[in-house]
Amino acid sequence: MTKEMPVLLANAGKINPTSAAEYIAAGGYQGLQKARQMDRAALLQEVKASGLRGRGGAGFNAGMKWGFVPQAAPVKYVVCNLDEGEPGTYKDRIICQNNAHALLEGMAICGAAISSQQGYIYCRGEYPFVVDLLRKAIASAKESGALGSFDIEVRMGAGAYVCGEETALIESIEGHRGEPRFKPPFPGVEGLWKAPTVVNNVETFACLPYILVNGASWFAGIGAPKYPGTKIVTLTGDINNRTFFEVPTDITLREVIFDLGGGIPGGKKFKAVQVGGTSGAFIPEKDLDTPIDFDSMGTIGAALGSGAVLVLDETRDIVDVVARISKFFEHESCGKCNPCREGTFRCREIMEKINAGRGNENDIENLLLLSRVMQKAALCGLGQAAPSPIESTIKHFRPEYLQKMN
Amino acid sequence: MADYKEIIKACKDVPGGLIEAYHAIQKEYSYIPEEALLEAAKVFKVSAAQAYGVATFYSYLKVGKRGKNVIRICASAPCHIAGADKVVAALEKELGIKMGQTTADGKFTLEFTECVGQCQATPVITINSTPYGDVTGEKVAAILAEYK
Ligand SMILES: Cc1cc2nc3c(=O)[nH]c(=O)nc-3n(C[C@H](O)[C@H](O)[C@H](O)COP(=O)(O)O)c2cc1C
Ligand code: SF4
Ligand code: FES
Repeated sequence: MTKEMPVLLANAGKINPTSAAEYIAAGGYQGLQKARQMDRAALLQEVKASGLRGRGGAGFNAGMKWGFVPQAAPVKYVVCNLDEGEPGTYKDRIICQNNAHALLEGMAICGAAISSQQGYIYCRGEYPFVVDLLRKAIASAKESGALGSFDIEVRMGAGAYVCGEETALIESIEGHRGEPRFKPPFPGVEGLWKAPTVVNNVETFACLPYILVNGASWFAGIGAPKYPGTKIVTLTGDINNRTFFEVPTDITLREVIFDLGGGIPGGKKFKAVQVGGTSGAFIPEKDLDTPIDFDSMGTIGAALGSGAVLVLDETRDIVDVVARISKFFEHESCGKCNPCREGTFRCREIMEKINAGRGNENDIENLLLLSRVMQKAALCGLGQAAPSPIESTIKHFRPEYLQKMN
Repeated sequence: MADYKEIIKACKDVPGGLIEAYHAIQKEYSYIPEEALLEAAKVFKVSAAQAYGVATFYSYLKVGKRGKNVIRICASAPCHIAGADKVVAALEKELGIKMGQTTADGKFTLEFTECVGQCQATPVITINSTPYGDVTGEKVAAILAEYK
């Protein structure tokens, strides 16, 4: 029997997500209390030992990231990435709408670890109702005294996918165009208003209360050993259960799609799945027995990313879907660096040409060349990942490209 | 309608408040009037070019007039394969305008958007940020009726 495993979503439907009192009655804010009683080194060690890695796509060990923050700095910030711009992804919204206080508590735990008094949540502009919800939840937490002297402010994004990139996000909070910065310095050393800043995803923060309460080894024992814990996946496309599930990270793609997802509607056959959102690789049937964790996905040339799962059935025109995706990246490229500004434009141009039946095999070679250049030379993850849907479909579904050329 | 000068003044002391001010203006006007942008530049002590550069960077913000109700159709891959093109066709027919245009009475503007994070119910549209899921050509008239 395939396993759902609600941890972050265990409170779903049971408590009012804005109410601190209801969250506390369900055992909430005990992790923060515990964190505040620990000394800083022990707290960092606990988070490191849990093996918690970032849920926003890059999979970096959270405790290690916090450890880079120089203690001597007078001001430090905790920033939550709720930009959630990756198409097919809505898990951070689900966490907020069901268990907002777990996010707030997680941010405050990070605050205790890096001795920061100020948090920011950067929420995408498309979620004004989540902004309202979070502001109510923060007010309720403040009133209850649970957050102590830790403050959290919510800022709103304005429809730019690149602002999910942590340094672009920081630029945006500062009121600028959301263009990524050169790294180093990394935000942990020089971030928001030049102060050391930890940026983590909503889901990463929301794990922390449970780690503190149940212990690092409990968390480390869930799912895949190298990327432990649970992950919320969102299923879209040709799938019977078009919804979200919280699962242990060692579940396989096949289990996600065919057990939890209920398989493909209308008795049709599976063609491909794109994991991690629109910047993810397309995966063929033969790789479906791969676990979804960060490293396992890497071994098949894919990425867990945000945990979005887009399923295509046998009738879908994969070249058409990838052409549409290439338009997304052309639109969202911020234009700061040439390989991406020019590369996403050319990718879209060639993909549309092929999709319209005017391409030739030379175009495929050019796409592959462009992909390599962008992966190596683009400044941020947007330009680096933009070619992966193209490259992976040429690799696994080349005949579909060739079909459009006859 | 609240005066944009008041709105901008209220954000003046917020660090990085320019984008907050734009949001607040747009909430009131459904777009950012050119004069408001110039006023914001003055208050936040940036050049008009910079104020413009920030506003136009973000696709959620719109400088210059558009309709009172902004209808956005998600074109991202999950909505694309769920039949967003049929929804586009139905909306264009119902309103008698093309994508990117505004109705003559100034009530509706049609725009594309990328994923709005409601992908449990593809295809998705939003009207002034309120999402509508599992939209079909047949449902369009009833949805619009709320705004007419
Ligand atoms: C183009 C681009 C978009 C991104 N979008 C998001 C996003 O929407 N949410 C997110 O948490 N991380 C996003 N990231 C990753 C962040 O840069 C960063 O790695 C992450 O917020 C760190 O948090 P984590 O370690 O908890 O995952 C994006 C990265 C890139 C390059
Ligand atoms: S890779 Fe693309 S999005 Fe990233 S900085 Fe360069 S142009 Fe901007
Ligand atoms: S893909 Fe359309 S709302 Fe997410």
